[in-house]
Amino acid sequence: MNQVKVTINGKEYSAPEGESILQTAIDNGIDIPHFCYHEDLPIGSSCRTCLVEDVKTGRVVTSCSIKAEEGVAILTDTPKVKELRLKNLELLLAGHQKNCPRCKKGTYCRVAEDIGKYGVSTVKYWRPEIQEKLHLMSQAALLDPQLCIACNKCVEICDKIGIGFLELHGKNIQTHATWTRKPEIDCIYCGQCTVHCPVGSAREQNQIEDVEKALSDKDKIVIAQMAPSVHASIGEEFGLPVGTDMTGRAYTAFRKLGFDHVFDVNMGADITTIVEAAELVERIKENKNLPMFTSCCPAWVKFLEFYHPEMLDHLTTSRSPQMHSGAAYKTWWAKKEGIDPRKIVVVSFMPCTSKKYEARHEKMKIDGMWPVDHVLTTREFGALLKKHNIDLPNLEPSEVELPGTYSGAAAIYGASGGVMESALRTAYFDLTGKELEKVEFEKVRGMEGIKRSEIEVNGLTIKVAVVSTAANAEKIIQEIKQDPHAYDYVEVMACPGGCIGGGGQPIPTTLKIVAKRTESLYRVDSQMKLRKAHLNPVVRDFFDNYIAKLSVSEREKILNTSYSRKKKFE
Amino acid sequence: MENNIVDKIEKAGLTGRGGAGYLTAKKWREVAAAPGDKKYVVVNASEGETGLFKDIYILKNYTDALFKGVVLALDHLRAKDAYFNLNKNYYREVGKKLEAAILPYNDKGYNIKIFVEEPSYIGGEETALLNAIEGKRTEPRSKPPYPSMSGLYARPTLINNVETLYNVACVEDGSYEKKRFYCITGPKGRKSVHHLPDDWDIEKILKETGNYPNYEFFVQIGGGASGTVCDQDQIKGKLATGAGAIEVFDKKKIDPRKLILRWLEFYQKESCGKCTPCRAGTYQLYEMVKASRDIPWPQMFEVLETMEITSFCALGRSVMEPIRSYYSNVLKLS
Repeated sequence: MNQVKVTINGKEYSAPEGESILQTAIDNGIDIPHFCYHEDLPIGSSCRTCLVEDVKTGRVVTSCSIKAEEGVAILTDTPKVKELRLKNLELLLAGHQKNCPRCKKGTYCRVAEDIGKYGVSTVKYWRPEIQEKLHLMSQAALLDPQLCIACNKCVEICDKIGIGFLELHGKNIQTHATWTRKPEIDCIYCGQCTVHCPVGSAREQNQIEDVEKALSDKDKIVIAQMAPSVHASIGEEFGLPVGTDMTGRAYTAFRKLGFDHVFDVNMGADITTIVEAAELVERIKENKNLPMFTSCCPAWVKFLEFYHPEMLDHLTTSRSPQMHSGAAYKTWWAKKEGIDPRKIVVVSFMPCTSKKYEARHEKMKIDGMWPVDHVLTTREFGALLKKHNIDLPNLEPSEVELPGTYSGAAAIYGASGGVMESALRTAYFDLTGKELEKVEFEKVRGMEGIKRSEIEVNGLTIKVAVVSTAANAEKIIQEIKQDPHAYDYVEVMACPGGCIGGGGQPIPTTLKIVAKRTESLYRVDSQMKLRKAHLNPVVRDFFDNYIAKLSVSEREKILNTSYSRKKKFE
Repeated sequence: MENNIVDKIEKAGLTGRGGAGYLTAKKWREVAAAPGDKKYVVVNASEGETGLFKDIYILKNYTDALFKGVVLALDHLRAKDAYFNLNKNYYREVGKKLEAAILPYNDKGYNIKIFVEEPSYIGGEETALLNAIEGKRTEPRSKPPYPSMSGLYARPTLINNVETLYNVACVEDGSYEKKRFYCITGPKGRKSVHHLPDDWDIEKILKETGNYPNYEFFVQIGGGASGTVCDQDQIKGKLATGAGAIEVFDKKKIDPRKLILRWLEFYQKESCGKCTPCRAGTYQLYEMVKASRDIPWPQMFEVLETMEITSFCALGRSVMEPIRSYYSNVLKLS
């Protein structure tokens, strides 16, 4: 794209022609408050807080709607701009602190930052009660109309990913986002609305207090386990550059918070890879229920269970990483350590809201126990640390405990294509008995919503597709209906870019940011010696010395799951 | 021949009668010049403001001429598709009549449809009505692109008010006499529509139509709640603006607070909810006046100024006008 010179506060910047000048400001670290602007979504120009002065006309206008052209010049801090901006901020955020549970409790809220920075009063103007009930998206997320500012971002992202569950209802001051009453459309709990909501009106169902309660219970053995995407993104909650790997510091933080043990969801990912690769090899050999679909994304599973129950046989029966590791702690590890598994509380730190929903599936219970007791998103992790005054960036890194040992194959689970790549590394061994030399599958990497590739293994061609978002999943499903042999193995993640772009990730999450976080995941993998799940010694021990000795049904209870048609809100 | 009609419109000096007063010939040329294999004509019969009732008058009394105007527009654009954006209340009154009038045209290959609009103030805003016809939320779109380039279903679209298209038909057959329709709400709330020269001032209009009060009064001119307020002594030489509404108020009987509250009640109800200053501002204004015994002018003007400068569309920006003009012209407070 053509670069042009624009001037902001007297200083020249280079910007792609036609880009919103607000984006130019954001990219150059120039502060302009904004609530309804998100670089991946349509420009609505409705919050009217990104006001600037257009130097040429002397008029105060919204910066989001000014396009970068040669010679465009704006001022972001004139007295008139400040006055009007404050007025609109006060109109927009009227009643926020009164209605926001985080602000009320004094825990971290991003809006509170702007309120402080711009000296906004949230009581100067009134806000009426919105005539709409709070809506729970299963156990994953919620929509709180009393905080909604009608910016429409949740509606737009939900449309963009292919669901269209959300709509703006009402007019005038009663305008708010809510769920569609159409019976044929249901939420998949991905939480993309929560990561695109600027004011916490769409947000995760908070479990911070449940975790604090467990931590203060002397009787409980509380385990922290963190997903790879959280390693790569929690730094953003503390203002660190995108893609900073926080693994070691996060482990220290868990210990400071009082967790008894620090393990890692990545270990579970290695279990998943082994189970899933074995099932793939079996299905390919028997030519049964192909293509096989991945199932570690609960939002994708819900999508299939609601929209395409006729395709459920394609899902791998393998459980997901957090379920595998959680179950491993409460069975294999508890037995090894001689611990009563009922005393164990497993807390997952996930980039995702649908993992909260997954953790509450009755069918996941093992001997009446949840494999995972609580799930916190990356954002909640940040809030928890801030609440306990733990300054993550300045902690000394520490190591994960032995049962948290993982491979590089697990570390890339967070990226779209990562599950596929990990499974292929192991499936290659399962099919050939030989170790793969070059472990990178470049064609399933990257940010495209649909990636296709063919992999040769001993003269056998495995046709694969890697998909992110429901909109793209729908395309692949239609392709498969046209040609049932189009693929052998399909990985689907509900969020753009995979879990690394998940609904529980730091705000803002943009495609550019997701791409940077993704690089961090692949960097971690490339720097590891252990890069294949089936070579993980801890996981080998779990399979060889524990799983192998169980009956088939006991084994399946830990490793496998099943699926069923779902009704709206189920 | 095809350019002829636009030249005639230009020569006649037609301007839009929906309120904005855009040059009709210019609009027609823009749509004609816009690239696109399919184009639309939309007849705006939303008339969502209080104090406006001329479009329904034309729909009832000049149906044939109106259709002539619509077809002239379609032919000029080499288009077949037209929509009536018709206020639901009007549909009840003239729906059958319009449907009957459409039939012969559609038999000839035109595709004229009636879109029954939920009556609202914003529904007359031209990009908001396009959204409504497309089944989207009735709220304004960002401009540019303007509807003449990218309107209904992203096609070049000519949106004209009922009266404008009626005038086009008059221009074509040579009967246009530089008149406009005035909606007068006179003494005792008497409502009437008058077709009179467009260069008559308000004083003359009121006198000639028998609406000049025999008491102290002020008027609101333009389009209902958003109109400019002028005192009795300011109406000589003053022409009607906007959509041609003139409402007479009895100066002694009007309680300023109640009048302002009436306007604000309308605005806070009718704000589409899209942008902050209009959505929250109209509500604040209404609530703050409702809650106080006296009119809280300074606090009101703070909000009104923000709305005037920063609202997304002309509706939010225009709430200032009636209040400021009432404040200075009638109450003489500045």
